[in-house]
Amino acid sequence: MRGGGSKPALSQRRCAEDTQLLDLAGLQGIVDYQPEEYTFTARAGTTVAEVAAMLDGKGQYLPFDPPLADRGATLGGTVAAGLSGSGRYRYGGIRDFLIGIRFVDGRGQEIRGGGAVVKNAAGFDFPKLFVGSLGRLGVLTELTFKVFPRPPAFATVEAEFEALSDLLTGLDAVTGSAIDLHAVDFAPAEAGWRLWVRIGGMAAALEERAGALQEVVSGGAGRTGLLRLYRDHEEERLWQEARTMAWLPEGMGLARVPLTPGRIPAAEDLFGRAQPASRRYSVGGNLLWLGWPESGDLGETDGKEDAPRTLHGLLLELGLRGLQLIGRGPRSEGLSEGEEGPLLGGPVQNAFLRRISAALDPEGKFGAW
Amino acid sequence: MSLHPLMQALARMYGADRLLTRPAQLMAYESDALTAFQQRPAAVVIPQDREEVLETIRLCHEHETPFVARGSGTSLSGGSLPIADGIVIALNRLDRILRLDAAERIAVVEPGVINLKVSEAAKPHGLYYAPDPSSQSICTIGGNVAFNSGGAHCLKYGMTSNHVLGMTVALPDGEVATLGGESLEGVGPDLPGFFVGSEGLFGVALEITLRLLPIPETYRTVLAAYDSLHAAGDAVTAVVASGLLPGAIEIMDALAIKAAEVGAKAGYPKAPALLIVELEGEAGAVEAEFAQLMQLIEETAPLEVRMAQTADERARIWKGRKAAFSAVGRLAPDYIVQDGVVPRSRLGDALAEIDRLSASYGIDVANVFHAGDGNLHPLILFDGREEGALERAEELAGEILELCVDLGGSITGEHGVGMEKRAYLPKMYGPVEMQAMEDVRRSVDSLSLANRGKMLPAGEAESLTHVGPHPLEKAGVIFRE
Ligand SMILES: Cc1cc2nc3c(=O)[nH]c(=O)nc-3n(C[C@H](O)[C@H](O)[C@H](O)COP(=O)(O)OP(=O)(O)OC[C@H]3O[C@@H](n4cnc5c(N)ncnc54)[C@H](O)[C@@H]3O)c2cc1C
Repeated sequence: MRGGGSKPALSQRRCAEDTQLLDLAGLQGIVDYQPEEYTFTARAGTTVAEVAAMLDGKGQYLPFDPPLADRGATLGGTVAAGLSGSGRYRYGGIRDFLIGIRFVDGRGQEIRGGGAVVKNAAGFDFPKLFVGSLGRLGVLTELTFKVFPRPPAFATVEAEFEALSDLLTGLDAVTGSAIDLHAVDFAPAEAGWRLWVRIGGMAAALEERAGALQEVVSGGAGRTGLLRLYRDHEEERLWQEARTMAWLPEGMGLARVPLTPGRIPAAEDLFGRAQPASRRYSVGGNLLWLGWPESGDLGETDGKEDAPRTLHGLLLELGLRGLQLIGRGPRSEGLSEGEEGPLLGGPVQNAFLRRISAALDPEGKFGAW
Repeated sequence: MSLHPLMQALARMYGADRLLTRPAQLMAYESDALTAFQQRPAAVVIPQDREEVLETIRLCHEHETPFVARGSGTSLSGGSLPIADGIVIALNRLDRILRLDAAERIAVVEPGVINLKVSEAAKPHGLYYAPDPSSQSICTIGGNVAFNSGGAHCLKYGMTSNHVLGMTVALPDGEVATLGGESLEGVGPDLPGFFVGSEGLFGVALEITLRLLPIPETYRTVLAAYDSLHAAGDAVTAVVASGLLPGAIEIMDALAIKAAEVGAKAGYPKAPALLIVELEGEAGAVEAEFAQLMQLIEETAPLEVRMAQTADERARIWKGRKAAFSAVGRLAPDYIVQDGVVPRSRLGDALAEIDRLSASYGIDVANVFHAGDGNLHPLILFDGREEGALERAEELAGEILELCVDLGGSITGEHGVGMEKRAYLPKMYGPVEMQAMEDVRRSVDSLSLANRGKMLPAGEAESLTHVGPHPLEKAGVIFRE
């Protein structure tokens, strides 16, 4: 299946010869938008950009910052890939905002799951099941989301840290504070690390709150360097660049790796040496975006000249799992089918999932896990 | 019965004090908080650790005997009602918080841990567990997971599902599966999300990883009285339209207010409708929002407004609301709570229609509800000793559910379908959807052992009788609060 084609590692993977491509980009359009209900329904091929513009007109937004809208990401593709961006930190991810779906199962039946109201505990929660389903459980055709009012203003504090340990201390202080944080991202910088913390709310209170935030950031860390406050357009641009992955060098592949702050030192031990891999941590250290060259060597860690395969190995070593979105997967030589990507660090093997798959796709039309 | 091979196997595992089979012992387990339904199981087992749970499930599977997991039995929809000749697995002794990792902001708990205990344990670290059902001082995390339970404060941060990161579960044949993990993000389908809210049909949650949040710095709570439910509803619309995102928006009607007065001496203004709005978060932000909120409320012409400045005043405002359910018990011997959801903008229509139905049935209905997300809680009052009263109350309840579906809503926002509403699920979903749910269920549980007869309408209906309040309630052991 392909929506907007913004995640080619998912929509252009190598498949068995008789596999049909289902292009869903034509399945477009907003079906219903109820600003006063904070919900909208759209066909799966509708672009994230179109939806964002529509919501913006009513002062609303999808708080989880769906990424890659600039490359044409569709709602269906974003759900199937299970993608949330930096704003996921505040109110939850795409899983928390998707409230209803229609999908076509492996027997060609269109099935509705969830509903159109923001709260609903009736029946099995198919919308959640389809978040991250990678097109392997069914074809999403229509989606209903809840949305939130967009805060009237945002501010972002940027801080620099010499060492990773300082950064992590700062991170802990910030995320443990009572300050309501919209986004917490960080990345290696020229020297050391750079942290961005976003807050939002009524403009009148923002200045003072940003001051308190700066204090927490610097106080908690001991060794903070430059602290900078962003407002207005400059601030907006900072997060727009996060959504578009502007940090990702041209020609690099992209993968996402869920983890927790506690796993970061171990991850950095390995990835920090795997030059020229680039990375950005998001969602308060719960998500790592990894960029890597599509071919060639990955630093000292490998001599086999297959960077994607090296990454796969590193993730296995860390016991983490990743999802490749852009770029070539590990070379297939010597790898079993599940190891070629887009799932890195091992296939999803799960007795519960196996049983669900057997019910929704009894003949295996969508490809196995 | 005692010679039944399953019973013999269970008897080898459990001592007499943890394998209950005598009628007097079983009585306390015959119903949940929906006391209109009662059923005697073949036995209740009280495992102490996850190995015993697993072994019990495997034995049930081997002997093709249905089982029901049970937490504290506070389900309001008959979810933990036993199955005739089935086994009840009482999980209350699996009540350990296995790990509380303040740095990672997670708690890993056993299913029998009481909801409130998680927040109590997290408090020294400045953290809490957000979902707060009114029953939080007695209900278990396992029950919360099965029903995707919510609470007054779920408007902003969501229900149980939004706070469960991972789980270890026993599928209905005893195979163990790990769903999700410790991160806020995952790879592959959101399996914890699919398990949460599955009402015990996918098996038993053995270990649950919960997200903890920093305790909000401050709360600002306002109580406003209105001359009609409609006016209170309009105020909700105004608050929502303003872009404010309160932690809670609740409404009570005259009968609920009266109940709160009788039952909890809440000291509320006497009015046809009360609105409670609460902002939570960082002091600076909340102060600014509160000023805007108060201005909005003033514009809606309330009869009276009270603001909570201190924790005490806040507790006083919430006391009546939180006690409303049990207090309604003072107005009538029995009641059924409905839990339908309507689109927020249709709240006024829904309430007017409920009012009309109440009058035409001659049955009192009290309304306490989560107005912010359109989740109604009509409390239908009746006297079970009166011939046919339960049936009439159920009929009225059914009409309310159909009303919610007709308005584009849901038959349940947080209490689950359970036993009670299973005939109404097909009114919300078509035959294809019902079949898909049945297919998934059969694929996960080929023998339909786990909580058989709940949620999905297929299968034999249990024979039900009505015999007044919950036995433990009669005995004064549990209260509805
Ligand atoms: C006075 C009162 C107020 C209430 N207020 C609210 C409220 O504000 N919001 C709300 O959402 N609900 C509310 N409830 C309903 C009820 O408390 C919740 O549904 C709660 O989650 C049930 O928890 P429990 O431990 O009592 O579960 P039980 O009633 O014992 O079981 C509920 C369901 O969970 C299943 N189950 C239990 N443990 C497990 C497990 N480990 N794995 C799989 N399945 C399991 C059972 O089989 C059953 O189907 C209220 C109930 C009462 C009596």
